[in-house]
Amino acid sequence: MDLLIVLGLPLLGALLLALFGERTWAAELNAGVSFATLVAVGFLVLRVLRHGSLLALHEQFFVDSFNVFLVALTAFVGFTTALFSRPYMRIEEQRGHLSQRRLRLYHSMYQLFMAAMFLALLTNNMGLLWVAMEAATLSTVLLVSLYRTRASLEAAWKYFILCGVGIAQALFGTILLYFAAERVLGQQGMTALLWTHLNAVKGQLEPRVLGLAFVFLLVGYGTKVGLTPLHNWLPDAHAEGPTPVSAVLSGLLLNVALYAVIRCKILVEGSIGSYLPGRMLMGFGLLSAVLGAFFLWRQRDIKRLFGYSSIEHMGIITFAFGIGGPIANFAALLHMTVHSLTKSSIFFTAGHASQTAGTQQMDGIRGLVGISPTIGWGLMLGSLAILGMPPFGVFASEFLILTTAMREHPWTTPFLLVALGVAFAAIFRKVQPMVFGESDAPPLPHSPALVPVFIHLALVLMLGVYMPFVLADWYRVAARLIGG
Amino acid sequence: MRPSNLIAELLKLLAASLLLISFAMLSRRRTQRLITLFAWQGSVLFVSTLLVAYSAGLTELYYSAALTLALKVIALPWILHRLIQRLGAQWDSEPLVNIPTTMLVGLGLVIFAFGLAQPISRMATTITRHTIGVALAVIFLAFLMMITRRKAITQVIGFLAMENGLFFAATSATYGMPMVIELGIALDLLVGFFILGIFFFQIREQFDSLDLSHLESLKEE
Repeated sequence: MDLLIVLGLPLLGALLLALFGERTWAAELNAGVSFATLVAVGFLVLRVLRHGSLLALHEQFFVDSFNVFLVALTAFVGFTTALFSRPYMRIEEQRGHLSQRRLRLYHSMYQLFMAAMFLALLTNNMGLLWVAMEAATLSTVLLVSLYRTRASLEAAWKYFILCGVGIAQALFGTILLYFAAERVLGQQGMTALLWTHLNAVKGQLEPRVLGLAFVFLLVGYGTKVGLTPLHNWLPDAHAEGPTPVSAVLSGLLLNVALYAVIRCKILVEGSIGSYLPGRMLMGFGLLSAVLGAFFLWRQRDIKRLFGYSSIEHMGIITFAFGIGGPIANFAALLHMTVHSLTKSSIFFTAGHASQTAGTQQMDGIRGLVGISPTIGWGLMLGSLAILGMPPFGVFASEFLILTTAMREHPWTTPFLLVALGVAFAAIFRKVQPMVFGESDAPPLPHSPALVPVFIHLALVLMLGVYMPFVLADWYRVAARLIGG
Repeated sequence: MRPSNLIAELLKLLAASLLLISFAMLSRRRTQRLITLFAWQGSVLFVSTLLVAYSAGLTELYYSAALTLALKVIALPWILHRLIQRLGAQWDSEPLVNIPTTMLVGLGLVIFAFGLAQPISRMATTITRHTIGVALAVIFLAFLMMITRRKAITQVIGFLAMENGLFFAATSATYGMPMVIELGIALDLLVGFFILGIFFFQIREQFDSLDLSHLESLKEE
């Protein structure tokens, strides 16, 4: 029941906002719906805590320790982003970048996007997972082109075509999966695509077909994760879309796409009985981490910079899942959490920073601390956190990943260290003059909502020094489930 | 010849014509012709789904055949025609396509697709098992078309042709996916198509043309 509420609330919100999105209180309604969703997710989480994993609605939906924390994270960041977007979008409107009608589209699509992500996370059906991932792409395409500038149209077109082609590959992979499953589970009804059923018989699935299926699924969903060489859409979409959209793309959508990849990996690894899928993830992950880090040097646009940083971090997470085993999986799950909290808070501050300076070019952004200490320090602390400075949580997860890699695959250590080092130098060198230095830009007309930034950073800090028992337990159970 | 044998032969014929249409699409420069070919591809798909439904006796497949007819043979081509009329792009053609080379690359892709599909075809029990290689080849050829063409509409037709190949793979390998999922896919396709339609107008408003070579400013320096 609470499961249906979690899925239904954002849909209802999308409908309401499509009807009343032009009213002045639309932003408050958006935040309200997101908050209600968060509360509903809270109840769902409590139920899972009390009764363990659950199946619902003819087994079409299920919640286990792996997806429940992602659902909670998605609802939380969805809510804080809605809070942030209220003053941010109001300033954009005042400056004439957006009209009321565009804001209506924005709010409505925002909720639709949340609904699609919840569906993708909660469904037990690999086919529905695909449909939900495609729906998540479609609902964000028009958000990326919200400003209707040439650059944003180009970014949205690229996003649509690349992710469309990618996700078509994933559909072929899903068809192959169904083809292999149907021979074991029979084609009566819908059970042959249910993940729990597939997981139960994964040892009997034909390994050659599943191997081929995994290649297509990895390429398909991997495009959405932003793995190199399929990452081209990501920096453009992040830079040209409105900042709240960049925050949810980076903080949530990439996670959901990676979740889809890992679900597939569990099945395929069980069928093939070799380390091949893990090795593929390691390769793609390492490549993304290293190339993403080197691309950071050449960026001039602040949102592009952090878009590339997302590629680097998703690479590290994918790499960790590729190593497999309880410790690496634990670290990867932790890194997923802290990355999405930190990255979304960075986008919040970067958005306000570029509004203050009137440009997204980093050369034009100077002296943030002088204009608004909260924006300046928020950006500085966020950057330090994402760069893996102790005591933030990113340090803990990166340290775990690095030590596991050193023990199990020593040859990867130099690549990882290079990626982390290069990223550190590149980002720090660029953020430092933006935060300190001289500026005479006037402060913003609406006071920015930076409470979410500091809540996010406080959580990341907490995860670095103390992890609540419940969360650690989830991570451990999920890490064992992912196996490898 | 027994009827099931006849059906299998007919399906092979249809698969071959699907592949032929894909090659024809690769060689066409005019947008209008491409849309006609796309409609033909949809009708071949419709007939083949109908045949599989008849031979397997699955009611679900009749529905999905009807869905194909409504969406891919009637609705999408009609909307595409209307769209290019409103955009005044009926007689647009793409001058800078090296067709012989594209065809040769396409041939290579077909061989690759058949090689890739071989282990799967050997396992398939459905009467259409030989066709999975064709489906994969159609997907690859559509992909090739998207890469080589520079016009927005042509890329979209390539995208839709890829969807056709996927659909053919689903029916030929597995008697179709469960109905709910097929409906979901159709819905996604339709919504995506409308978004693309909106895009055409936005792109033309901004760039005065649907040529995607204008959309190349976002690059790494």
